[in-house]
Amino acid sequence: MIKTQKVIMKGTKDGLLLLLDDSCSFSELLKELEEKLSGQKNDEDSRSVHVRVHTGNRILTKEQQKEIEKLVHFHHHLHIESIESNVILKEDAERMKQESEIHVVNKVVRSGQILKVMGDLLLIGDVNPGGKVVARGNIFILGALKGIAHAGCDGNEEAVICASNMNPMQLRIADCLNRAPDQDEIRRQESECAYIDENRQIIIDRLAALRSIRPNLNRFMEGGI
Amino acid sequence: MGEAIVITSGKGGVGKTTSSANIGTALALQGKKVCLVDTDIGLRNLDVVLGLENRIIYDLVDVAKGQCKLQQALVKDKRFEDQLYLLPAAQSSDKSAVTEEQMKKIVSELKQTFDFIIIDCPAGIEQGFQNAVAGADKAIVVTTPEVSAVRDADRIIGLLEKKPIEPPKLIINRIRTNMVKKGDMLDIDEVTNILAIELIGIIADDEEVIKASNSGEPIVLNPNSKASIAYRNIARRILGESVPLQQLETPPKGMMTKLKKFFGART
Ligand SMILES: Nc1ncnc2c1ncn2[C@@H]1O[C@H](COP(=O)(O)OP(=O)(O)O)[C@@H](O)[C@H]1O
Ligand SMILES: [Mg+2]
Repeated sequence: MIKTQKVIMKGTKDGLLLLLDDSCSFSELLKELEEKLSGQKNDEDSRSVHVRVHTGNRILTKEQQKEIEKLVHFHHHLHIESIESNVILKEDAERMKQESEIHVVNKVVRSGQILKVMGDLLLIGDVNPGGKVVARGNIFILGALKGIAHAGCDGNEEAVICASNMNPMQLRIADCLNRAPDQDEIRRQESECAYIDENRQIIIDRLAALRSIRPNLNRFMEGGI
Repeated sequence: MGEAIVITSGKGGVGKTTSSANIGTALALQGKKVCLVDTDIGLRNLDVVLGLENRIIYDLVDVAKGQCKLQQALVKDKRFEDQLYLLPAAQSSDKSAVTEEQMKKIVSELKQTFDFIIIDCPAGIEQGFQNAVAGADKAIVVTTPEVSAVRDADRIIGLLEKKPIEPPKLIINRIRTNMVKKGDMLDIDEVTNILAIELIGIIADDEEVIKASNSGEPIVLNPNSKASIAYRNIARRILGESVPLQQLETPPKGMMTKLKKFFGART
C-alpha cells in the first residue's frame, strides 16, 4: 500500500513551504507534521528559516492555526510567515466584497445623520451641514458637500474626496483633518477633489489634478480607452 | 377615514402652534371637520391662540390614562357649527405622561369622525416629538429663514424619513423681505436647496399674526392680511388644489428663472 503524504515539505529560496493535505482529518495532519518536523534539527543557533504554510482547500480555525504554529515554533529557527488557503470564509468574502465595492446611495445626508460604507461611496445628493459621510475608501459626491466627509477612515491615506460643490465643515482623510476657515470665504461652485499632499496636509484641488496624483483610481478600462 | 398631519420643526418659536391653529381653522373654513391636537404637554398654548382656554375640562393625558372619554375632552370652537375641535394638552404633566401607543390609539379614534387631525408638536427631538409623530400619516415641517432653524428642520426631516409617513412638506414662516433683499436673511431658494423637500407655503413676518394670537382669533379669520391668505392657500394645497405660491414682494427665484439662467448660459 502506498501511503499518501499528508504533509509535503519543500525547500525554496525564500525558506520552507509546507503543503498540507486537505482531505485527511486535522489530527492526522498534526501527527504527520510533527513527525516530518522532527527530522529538523533543533538548536538555538541555526540560521532562521521562514515557513509558509498552505492548507489547500481546508479552512483552519483560529485554534487549529495556533496548534500548527505551536508545532512549527517548537523548532526555534522556524518562523511562520503566512498560513494560506485556497478558500475563505463566506463572511470574509462578504467583507472583501463590501470593501472593494462602490456603494451608490441616493439621498440627502441630513444634520445629525451619519452614512458609513466599507468601500467607496458614491453619494447622489447633498451632505447638509451637521451631516457626515464616512468611507473606508474614496468618497464621490454628486451634490454639495456642506457637512463632514471622512475618507480612508481605516487609515488609507491615498483615499480622496470629490464633490460637485465643495463647501465642507470638515474634511478628514485617514488621520488628517481640515476644518473650514471661520470666515466664510468664496463659495465654491466647481467640482473639486481633496487629497493628502506630500506635506501630509489635506488640500483642495481641481478635479483634473487627480489624474496625475492618484492614477490608481481607475477601476476598469473596458472599451480600450 | 380622516388624515392626520403633524406640524413639527425641531426648534421652538418658529410658528408650529400658529401654523397648526391657522391651518386647522382654514380647513374648517373650507367645510372640513377638523380636530386640533396639542401634544406640547406642560407648555400648552394652542388653546390660547384659538381663544379656547377657558373651556378646557379634560385634556390629552386624561384621555390617554382613561380618566375620561375622548369625546368629553374635545373642546368645540364656537365660531363654527360643528367644524373645529381642540384636544388640549395637559398643563401639569410632563411629556412622558403619554406613550406612543396611546397617541396612536387616540389619533386613530379621531380619524373615525374627523376629516383632518392637525397635531401640534413640541420643540425638540425627544419623547414629545416621538409621541406627536406616532399617529400621523403626513408631516409639515415649519422653519424660519434662519440658519439655526433650518439646521434643526433638516435634523427633523432626517428623523421623519425613518417613520412610516409620506415625505414631509415645508412651510417657511416669518420671511422679512427687506432683510432678504439686503442679504441678511436666507432667501426661499437657499432654504429649499438645503432641505430638498416640497414647499407647501411661505408666510411673511406680520405683526397682525401676533395681534391675532394674543386676541385668540387666528389670523385666517381676518381675510385681508397677507398671512391669512398664505394660510388659506396652504389649506387649499392640503386639499389637493394646485395654488401657485403667493408672491411676497420679491418673487422667489423659482424653477423658471433657473431654467432661464441655464439656457442663457448656452447662448
Ligand atoms: N408669520 C408670523 N409673523 C409674525 N409673528 C409670528 C409669525 N408666526 C409666528 N409668530 C409669532 O412667533 C411666536 C412663536 O410662534 P409659535 O407658533 O408659538 O411657535 P412654536 O409653536 O413653533 O413654538 C409667537 O409669538 C407668534 O405669534
Ligand atoms: Mg408651540
